[in-house]
Amino acid sequence: METYSLLREFADSWMLLTLFVFFVGVILWVFRPGASKIYENPAGIPFRHEDSPAQSRRDNGGEG
Amino acid sequence: MSNYIKLIALGLITLCALIAANYARDLAYLVNALTIALVAAGMFLWVLRNTDEPVVKRDLSGEYHDGVIRAGVIATALWGVVGFLVGTFIAFQLAFPSLNFEWAQGLANFGRLRPLHTSAVIFAFGGNALIATSFYVVQRTCAARLWGGNLAWFVFWGYQLVIVLAASGYLLGATQSKEYAEPEWYVDLWLTVVWLAYLAVFVGTLVRRKEPHIYVANWFFLSFIITVAMLHVVNNISIPVSIFGSKSVQLFSGVQDAMTQWWYGHNAVGFFLTAGFLGMMYYFIPKQAGRPVFSYKLSIIHFWALIFLYIWAGPHHLHYTALPDWASTLGMVFSIILWMPSWGGMINGLMTLSGAWDKLRTDPVIRMMVISLGFYGMSTFEGPMMSIRAVNSLSHYTDWTIGHVHSGALGWNGMITFGALYFLVPKLWNRERLYSLSLVSWHFWLATIGIILYAASMWVTGIMEGLMWREVDANGFLVNSFADTVAAKLPMYVVRGLGGVMFLAGAIIMCFNLYMTARQGPATQATGSAVPAE
Repeated sequence: METYSLLREFADSWMLLTLFVFFVGVILWVFRPGASKIYENPAGIPFRHEDSPAQSRRDNGGEG
Repeated sequence: MSNYIKLIALGLITLCALIAANYARDLAYLVNALTIALVAAGMFLWVLRNTDEPVVKRDLSGEYHDGVIRAGVIATALWGVVGFLVGTFIAFQLAFPSLNFEWAQGLANFGRLRPLHTSAVIFAFGGNALIATSFYVVQRTCAARLWGGNLAWFVFWGYQLVIVLAASGYLLGATQSKEYAEPEWYVDLWLTVVWLAYLAVFVGTLVRRKEPHIYVANWFFLSFIITVAMLHVVNNISIPVSIFGSKSVQLFSGVQDAMTQWWYGHNAVGFFLTAGFLGMMYYFIPKQAGRPVFSYKLSIIHFWALIFLYIWAGPHHLHYTALPDWASTLGMVFSIILWMPSWGGMINGLMTLSGAWDKLRTDPVIRMMVISLGFYGMSTFEGPMMSIRAVNSLSHYTDWTIGHVHSGALGWNGMITFGALYFLVPKLWNRERLYSLSLVSWHFWLATIGIILYAASMWVTGIMEGLMWREVDANGFLVNSFADTVAAKLPMYVVRGLGGVMFLAGAIIMCFNLYMTARQGPATQATGSAVPAE
């Protein structure tokens, strides 16, 4: 089989399936139980550390 | 020690550029080679003067790298005015062809200035805005200083060099005739180097982050940087005719070349002008509104849907061409599906203001950001509609397309950038507030009315033109010649030019306001980031 046909067949089947499953998986993952609570924290990221970097990785609350 | 290596490298670059200038086969190449020689020689002197000076080591890990962002803000504002000015001038050139002056033929006629305008607004204004805001946002949302030290400065100045080389090349006739990818091969190579450095700084900062979670704005910025790198490299695969000339030949030909070009061209819109600017939107709108984004879940879905769909939309630029029907149908279908995530994102941005709608009355900056979302929603509805084959048969090659692009570029990209600049300048120059809010209101209304004049006149002339082109008499002969449509468009072209004048006037007011803010706005009370006295 020539390269084009081979790649084309792969793209139309397994790759398409992989990308589609990944995409649907992301959406399901976002709506997993307890997600709302988990995403409250990242939604607040812009409101911390406005003026200077954090000193340690766990230092996530309050400052800024 | 590293200074000696730098000196050797800069000396060699200067020498090679001068040799290239000596053998140059065309004027654009000659001027570009001399520009490079001049820049390298200047840097050589600068490094030389600083060599063997005592180095003051200061621990900078406790503060953000904001110098490069200040420079980026200034560059954004200045290139914006240049781009808008050229755009307004060429709008009047179309209305009054005598503005293509005889003495400036081959330098300042419409054909030479048009790519200068598009590149100046997209890559110089938009690009600098993206680099500056992404550096600002990635530091604040990762709680880490930019990675790579002076590499960020290399990105900034390297990018300005790309702009200068490309712009002077266009005026002197160096172009590879690919829309939004006009720069010739050596500029493309240099941009690739600069862009990889940009990617390195951005990813390096993400790796160093102190926040465990990568904020959604950074996802948009990162996808923009990676995708643009891929698009740029693939669309610019070409072989120079001579190493001493600007002319190059594309590797692809025919419909493959056209498809590659519009895969690039549409994703320049999708990832440069959309994903990158959505990164801005997801940071600056919550900040200015003082409340977190409406739905963080929706922002994640917005991101992945946009990424998965946009990349397929390019073929809608090639309806009724040699491109196979299945490919253009594919592009059309994906363009229509794309409406969903676009409006999801718009709703997410707008609803961020829920509970703070009163700010629209009092804060002209947030008004600017909100109207940018309005224009985003409008043009992401108009675009899918125009991608439908039947609509496209009317709209393609007419001014409707130009109107669509400008409602997106002036309305969405322009307004969100202005909002970001109004947010950034007081922060970066440590001012308590802007110099004048009423000047922001003036800017807001001038820009808004200017865009409306622009878009409305282009709808009228575009649809009129499309209808005139397809009008046939009882015997099946075309009724109108091309010149008839040109004559009929004059009033709309004048209105469009006036819209451009208003938009430009607003941008100049902004520059004055930002300058006065940095110059003499009231300083903030000493904050934690104040630099200690030395």
